Amino acid sequence: MLLLRDAVHFSWHALTANTVRTFLMLLAMSIGVGSVVILTALGEGARNYITNEFSSLGTNLIIVIPGRSETSGGDPATMLGVTERDLTLDDALALTRHPQVRRIAPLNIGGAEISWQGRKREVSIQGTSAQFLKLRHWEMSQGKFLPDTDLQRPKSVCVIGINIRNEIFGAHAAVGKWLRIGDRRFRVIGILASEGQSLGIDVSDSVIIPVASAQSLFNLPSLFRIFVEVKTREAIPKVMTFIKNTLRDRHQGEEDVTVITQDAVLATFDRILTALTYAVGGIAAISLAVAGILIMNVMLVTVSQRTSEIGLLKSLGASGKAILKLILIEAVLLSSLGAVAGFALGQAGSWIIRYAFPVLPAYPPTWAIVASLLVALVTGVLFSLLPARKAAQLNPVDALMRH
Amino acid sequence: MIKLEKIHRNFQVGDQIVHALDDINIIINDGEYVSVMGPSGSGKSTLLNLLGLLDQPSSGKYYLNGGDVTELDEDRQASTRNKNIGFVFQVFHLIPRLTAAENIELPLVLAGVDEEIRKQRVNHALESMNLMERAQHKPPQLSGGQRQRVAIARATIMEPSVLLADEPTGNLDQKAGLNVIETLEQLNQHGITLIVVTHDEALGARSTRSIRMLDGRIESDNTDNKAG
Ligand SMILES: Nc1ncnc2c1ncn2[C@@H]1O[C@H](COP(=O)(O)OP(=O)(O)O)[C@@H](O)[C@H]1O
Ligand SMILES: [Mg+2]
Repeated sequence: MLLLRDAVHFSWHALTANTVRTFLMLLAMSIGVGSVVILTALGEGARNYITNEFSSLGTNLIIVIPGRSETSGGDPATMLGVTERDLTLDDALALTRHPQVRRIAPLNIGGAEISWQGRKREVSIQGTSAQFLKLRHWEMSQGKFLPDTDLQRPKSVCVIGINIRNEIFGAHAAVGKWLRIGDRRFRVIGILASEGQSLGIDVSDSVIIPVASAQSLFNLPSLFRIFVEVKTREAIPKVMTFIKNTLRDRHQGEEDVTVITQDAVLATFDRILTALTYAVGGIAAISLAVAGILIMNVMLVTVSQRTSEIGLLKSLGASGKAILKLILIEAVLLSSLGAVAGFALGQAGSWIIRYAFPVLPAYPPTWAIVASLLVALVTGVLFSLLPARKAAQLNPVDALMRH
Repeated sequence: MIKLEKIHRNFQVGDQIVHALDDINIIINDGEYVSVMGPSGSGKSTLLNLLGLLDQPSSGKYYLNGGDVTELDEDRQASTRNKNIGFVFQVFHLIPRLTAAENIELPLVLAGVDEEIRKQRVNHALESMNLMERAQHKPPQLSGGQRQRVAIARATIMEPSVLLADEPTGNLDQKAGLNVIETLEQLNQHGITLIVVTHDEALGARSTRSIRMLDGRIESDNTDNKAG
């Protein structure tokens, strides 16, 4: 009986003797496995990115956005040329009246150039209130956040992120300095400790000023968002109804705002992106299947090219089982090598994506890795079974006479 | 001992049936030196392939060392080929990526013989075939005569009782051919049953028994034709 060790040695020899064929097969296999790993990593990365983005906003949040989200052509307001009403600070304050509302924070966003002693930078400025700190679960590293005073009153103070602090003030102490924002000057009263992304802005790149100051700085009377934090999760639907009713009453019966919950947004994104990951993984799996079919073809060619070798082995006393063993070992060696190479390729690709887009946590999910490696091995072996059986059944004379 | 009883081997070619072997009956005793001659297409190779268990008869019985080998299943036939029969081909049939030593080693590998014993036996075979210096050469680097000696070493490494050679000198020049025949005859003198198919009358005349074939039948079977 042919020993396994000798069989592996023989098959390995056969593989390495035919480098072009082996290389092509490895290439096909590793592209298949690699693309599954990379594409699912990309999908997972996008999902995690979006989920983090929104969950970092805070918990039990309701978000009020000016304007209806359904843009129906037959909307009477549009037809009459009535513009939507602004979302004002008074609207925001009116929302604090519900007992289940813990805190609210208005938000205005605008771009401006900031400078200090000749160092300049273009940043996006967030105008908000003292409540924003707790609502966002941020921490301070130095000084204080915005003061808890009358929302309507502008104040020339600002809070900056760690990056801004380093880039503009360098080795100087930042707190107490006057930072120029646009054409005005704001006194730095605090520095944020938190980092990470949210709403497309890096927290460490943030500059935060009182909402009233932002309104006049950007000449923007309408708010960009109102964030409402609800005390308990269960109260969210009631508070949403309260918000809709309150704002409708305040806007002369017009429903001209959109009220969404963070959970709803998250769940939607999560659904879409999970589906995306599966879809992309499925597409990549097709390339894996193609690799499998390629392996079958190459093994078929191998068998016919090596028919006379198989005939010879039979004439020297190899049984059909021994031939089957040799061909299958060759297939297993080939597909494991391909799977490992593909895994390496996939990991390298994911690493490059993470390197090029640091915000995207593009780590391949474990299920994708395990599945692609298994599929590679199984297709490699399965698709080789047919040619191997064909080889095993060859009549030694017929096989020997063919060249 | 080899015994063939009413052996037929038919091939279907298109809608015609070719009787490659037509009622063959022979007995070959251990240690005999038999040459098989006859015109091309007379069934010599078919006969040898049957004797080597590379092919099955359409009907008839083949007894090898007393046992009916036509009844054996595929696995047992393979192991019989491995242990009892050595085959030498006209075109050598060496595996080009393997060295001479590795080619000779193949039957031992297929039999699952321990590596150390394998090395010893291969070395011994290389020595007796005068191939020591060529052990690590691959077939393309060897001359025709050397290749055939590697093939003979491979055919005899399992110490079979029967050695079958189908035109072993067909691809060799006269000198190398003579050398190969002498090598085979030496093995015969040590007891192996030697059956050689050849076109060459001079080579055929060296055997102690000569079988002549025509159209799948045995035309004549002369023992010790040196005398006759
Ligand atoms: N595999 C085969 N298929 C069809 N016909 C075959 C096959 N092998 C041999 N034959 C036929 O059988 C006859 C004997 O062939 P063979 O034994 O090779 O003759 P020889 O070796 O004496 O030249 C020839 O007519 C040949 O054409
Ligand atoms: Mg012939």
